[in-house]
Amino acid sequence: MALKIVVCIKPVPDPDYYDKVSIDPVTKRITREGIPTIINPVDKNGIEAALKLKAQYGGKVTVLTMAPPNATENLKEALAMGADEAVLLSDRAFGGADTLATSYTLAKGIEKLEGFDIVFCGTESADGATAQVSSQLGEWLGVPHLWNVFSLENLEERTLRVRTKAENGFMEWEVKLPCLLGVSRELNKPRFISAMGIIKAKNKPITTWGKADLDAEEERLGLAGSPTKAGAIFTPDLKRKGEMLTGSAEEIADAIIEKLRTAGVNIPTKGDACIIEGGARQ
Amino acid sequence: MKKIWVFAEYVNCTLDRVTLELLTKAKELASGLKGETEVAAVLIGSRIGSTCKTLAEYGAEKIYLVESDELSLYNPMLYAPIITELVQKEDPDIFLFGATAIGSELGPTAAAQLKTGVAAHCVDMHIDENEHLVAAVPSFGGKILGEILCPDTRPQMASVKPGIFVQGEPEEREAQIIKVDVSAITADNLPLKAISLEKKETEGVPLDKAEVVFCGGYGIGCKENWGKLEKLAAIFGGAAACTRPVVDEGWAPGEHVMVGTSGKSIRPKAYVGFGISGATHHICGMKDSGLIISINKDEKAAVFEVSDAGAAADLNRILDQLMIKLDL
Repeated sequence: MALKIVVCIKPVPDPDYYDKVSIDPVTKRITREGIPTIINPVDKNGIEAALKLKAQYGGKVTVLTMAPPNATENLKEALAMGADEAVLLSDRAFGGADTLATSYTLAKGIEKLEGFDIVFCGTESADGATAQVSSQLGEWLGVPHLWNVFSLENLEERTLRVRTKAENGFMEWEVKLPCLLGVSRELNKPRFISAMGIIKAKNKPITTWGKADLDAEEERLGLAGSPTKAGAIFTPDLKRKGEMLTGSAEEIADAIIEKLRTAGVNIPTKGDACIIEGGARQ
Repeated sequence: MKKIWVFAEYVNCTLDRVTLELLTKAKELASGLKGETEVAAVLIGSRIGSTCKTLAEYGAEKIYLVESDELSLYNPMLYAPIITELVQKEDPDIFLFGATAIGSELGPTAAAQLKTGVAAHCVDMHIDENEHLVAAVPSFGGKILGEILCPDTRPQMASVKPGIFVQGEPEEREAQIIKVDVSAITADNLPLKAISLEKKETEGVPLDKAEVVFCGGYGIGCKENWGKLEKLAAIFGGAAACTRPVVDEGWAPGEHVMVGTSGKSIRPKAYVGFGISGATHHICGMKDSGLIISINKDEKAAVFEVSDAGAAADLNRILDQLMIKLDL
């Protein structure tokens, strides 16, 4: 049973540098200069899941992104990991898209491929972090979809056994192919790229499609297709007093306990500790 | 009449507290709208009728009660069409969801069916002079906040993580209950089948209910120190928490004790952080704590700026001193 697998990825500014993101006081735009663009970390778990399934059942893995033209660098990395082909959806008309317009455009790109069995997305992107694109893409494609998938097994008769995170627990599901899965970082450990992977990637195709290549309604694309509109942006002011406690470790510990007491926290007495040790606190 | 709806999340015989936080916020938003307003809750599940009382006490004036044995387990292929149909019939102006495991999927799924917008993970919301919902949402790990509006389509949807808004006081009140007929609904033949919901038993005080939280960052350096934080938390009747790297290193038991943009948002009376650098991803989840104390050996650590008090010191020695003082 050969599988056609699509993995949607998003190039994002490296989250390790988000402390350096700021708002330009003059232009009022977000400045992210000098921050490298990487594959959204959890999207790599999607690539890994796809490659594992392909290794087991055979088939083809296509990576897809909607991004500016320089995203080919990120697509090359996905190809070096082992994906077979890459598609870049890139057009000025796609710009300014919210999650509804983004997922619509991705769906149109996927529909242009020769069918699919499974679509993988990461649960959320590091930058916008709405976590909405995977579910909405599933809706546009008209297939069952699950979000926050952390375990995946038992592929037989075109059925997957999937677990998703719940509040303080998990849910277990059976889902028939074709389907879409939004995967979490617990699902697997993405592989590193090898020198051989990089060499092989050189001969793998990267196709670019613009608006004219897709069978899409123009009013559903980009800013025009986005029901949400962006208003003002600002940086939250979280500054506090920052009073520095000094002295010996013992003095600092005393000061911490005193501050907790002042804040209304019950400071345990020695008796409490004995009860805890006994394991039967009433 | 302006209608503000809240999705009531009732799972495994428990109403998620975010529902009550959202109802409290919905009441506040209603007061910012002109003319007559109505706050309603949508409650889906099986054998859930007794929950209506709580929803009414926290501000639901109307409750759409969608009950069927087929709905005992959450399934987006059943729940989302119910919501979509109800919305199409009743035309609410605003619809709020918890950004929980369920709400984070159900909200955007229904929005895609309704072709409307969702502001995700709001940390603040208000009604502007045009009577539009203005939601502040974090991006770049909380470093930037952006306002999101949904001016032309309805409902204006938004999701909010548990712990962001404060839950109000319950009042003795009755709600009008509208039973939604779903007698024809069935999970049979769906390509997606919910098999089970497993609950993990959490030990001690849950992180989101703890009055005092002892939090460890990458700087704690080892699993043993995580154990010390748990001990401190236990003796205080509080909870131990951590940042992403502590989960990744395997020192902490899992994401359920992680605080930050992709973890929990907490607002304890007091938060004491050890070896935390102050990355925005984490700060975003703990900034609403009453008192914030940070210990980090690097005196230039960004975390001190967002702390009420701090100590540039070796956290091992401070931890040991705290243990001695409390006789642990």
